[in-house]
Amino acid sequence: MIAIGARGRDPRERRPWTFYALAVLMGTFLLFLYGPMFVIYLLSFQGPNGGVTFPMVGFSTVWFEDIVKPGQMANIPVSFGRSILLASIVSLITVLVSVAAGLGFRRRFRGSGILFYLAVASLVMPSLLVGFGIGLGFQLFGWQPDLLSSALAAQLTWTLPFGLFAMFAVFNRFNRSYEEAATDLGANAWQRLRWVTLPILLPGILGVAMGAFTLSYDEYARTTLVAGNRNTLPLEIYALISSSTSPTLFAIGTLTTTVSFVVIGITLALVLRMQRRRALARTG
Amino acid sequence: MDTSGLRLEHRYDVELVAVTKRYGGTVAVDGISLRIPRATYCCLLGPSGCGKTSTLRMIAGHEVVSEGDVLIHDTNVTDLPPVRRGTAMMFQSYALFPHLTCLDNVAFSLKARGVPKPERHRRARDYLARVHLQDYAERLPGQLSGGQQQRVALARALITEPRILLLDEPLSALDPFLRGQVREELKRLQRELGITFIHVTHSQDEAMALADMMVIMEAGRIRQAGPPREVFERPADAFVARFIGGHNILRDDTGMVAVRADRCRLGMAAGAPHIRGRVAAVEYQGSSVRVALAVDDGPALSVVMPDDRFFAGPVQPGEEAALSWSAQDAHAIPERA
Repeated sequence: MIAIGARGRDPRERRPWTFYALAVLMGTFLLFLYGPMFVIYLLSFQGPNGGVTFPMVGFSTVWFEDIVKPGQMANIPVSFGRSILLASIVSLITVLVSVAAGLGFRRRFRGSGILFYLAVASLVMPSLLVGFGIGLGFQLFGWQPDLLSSALAAQLTWTLPFGLFAMFAVFNRFNRSYEEAATDLGANAWQRLRWVTLPILLPGILGVAMGAFTLSYDEYARTTLVAGNRNTLPLEIYALISSSTSPTLFAIGTLTTTVSFVVIGITLALVLRMQRRRALARTG
Repeated sequence: MDTSGLRLEHRYDVELVAVTKRYGGTVAVDGISLRIPRATYCCLLGPSGCGKTSTLRMIAGHEVVSEGDVLIHDTNVTDLPPVRRGTAMMFQSYALFPHLTCLDNVAFSLKARGVPKPERHRRARDYLARVHLQDYAERLPGQLSGGQQQRVALARALITEPRILLLDEPLSALDPFLRGQVREELKRLQRELGITFIHVTHSQDEAMALADMMVIMEAGRIRQAGPPREVFERPADAFVARFIGGHNILRDDTGMVAVRADRCRLGMAAGAPHIRGRVAAVEYQGSSVRVALAVDDGPALSVVMPDDRFFAGPVQPGEEAALSWSAQDAHAIPERA
């Protein structure tokens, strides 16, 4: 065999034309996916005299400053805080419930199939109707819809089935002989869970936490009818879109996206670090 | 748990009494009984699905016994959890905890018992030293080779000071060279510790090399149990003869017989029973040569002979040949196994 170095391909090994056709298709797809977002990021740095469209009239950060200035944007920092609080609580509950459910569903029990479909069905329910139904229920009982009651519940109908699905995938790859080994070495059920099962599953659990957090953080449809008097960030932004048109909206978009990416980045870094440390027990 | 005081001498390290394992409607282990004398290296051998692993797991307590009893050191442990049986198991894939260092893996059972950290780390270091891995204490399992992982798993099992060590295909993940080496180590260890090892394998070579007692299983039943030499020289039935290999199943005027392939000869001899066939293949094996013989409407046969005897009168595939044996080498086996 002739050694083909890392430098390139064997010139005799030509790529078929379909490779280039599919590459163009993929490139177009990526452009549609990320193009609009990049436009928004760019326009959020519009000069002070510029508008919501091109051309850029200079370059500034005044629209970002606008967000924290007292005035019509006053609610943005507050609602940002609410969204972070709500997303954290949603994420915590989702992790607790889906890990427990994942552990429970490993053992086939009577009715487990039906229970699973019931839990997952809410993924396909029209989101606006779920919120509407919860709002209606609260009205029926005379309860006041609020961020940490009705809005929390509405978001959980979305994140719990998602978390359940993700945990099933995580548990599917989990080798039960780790647990048997722990039992064999004298660990009781609690020690086994704390010292073996949870630490080994931790990367997957962090993934579920991150997923639930970001799902909640930008949830609109389910939350809009049940948030009560305290708006979350997406609701606040939506209200602003109809009342004002300035590059401030773009600045908000840029900031919230940054928050999402920071959350994802931190989680990924944690998971990668863990996985690198463990390498792969099978290699070597 | 009779770890202190005067202990009566027990007769058997492990005793299985009509043990059955059912999974739903299928029977994995079908009423087997077995007595393993003290300090025995016992190999459970059989094709996959024969029930050998289920048997091991029932002895370990990782599988509920459907019927029958398991006794360890004359104590009925059928309903005891693994930790109270005095067994330790080494899993097929080792099941080392990937997030713990080798030291913490080995110290795990002590941690579960509440032994303080300095003490359990000191003892874990002792056991790592026993398997020559003292320099790898702080490594994670993923950073070790397969052979090293196997030794960590061994140390982790032995630190519990088991009365019985259970090994589930411990050598299957190793390359052939390492396998031979680890095989010797296991046997030496068993002799030094003076406890019973029960070793599940599907390799007859491995079982022959290691076992004091070889238990051959098929379809949930024990076909034969005994010292390897006895099994090889007097296979109980055609299945055992075929499974351990090196035998031809033949027929003479007394009925069905098993004859070792190395006792058979090519060609006919006066007064000796023989069978005619055609040479199907010739395999050079270094010190010996194996000649495979195809017989019309019969099973494949083979003759194993020293290389010098083969090359004194070589045969080629396709040639007509006869296989003969002497009646004293024929071991009668039951017609229908």
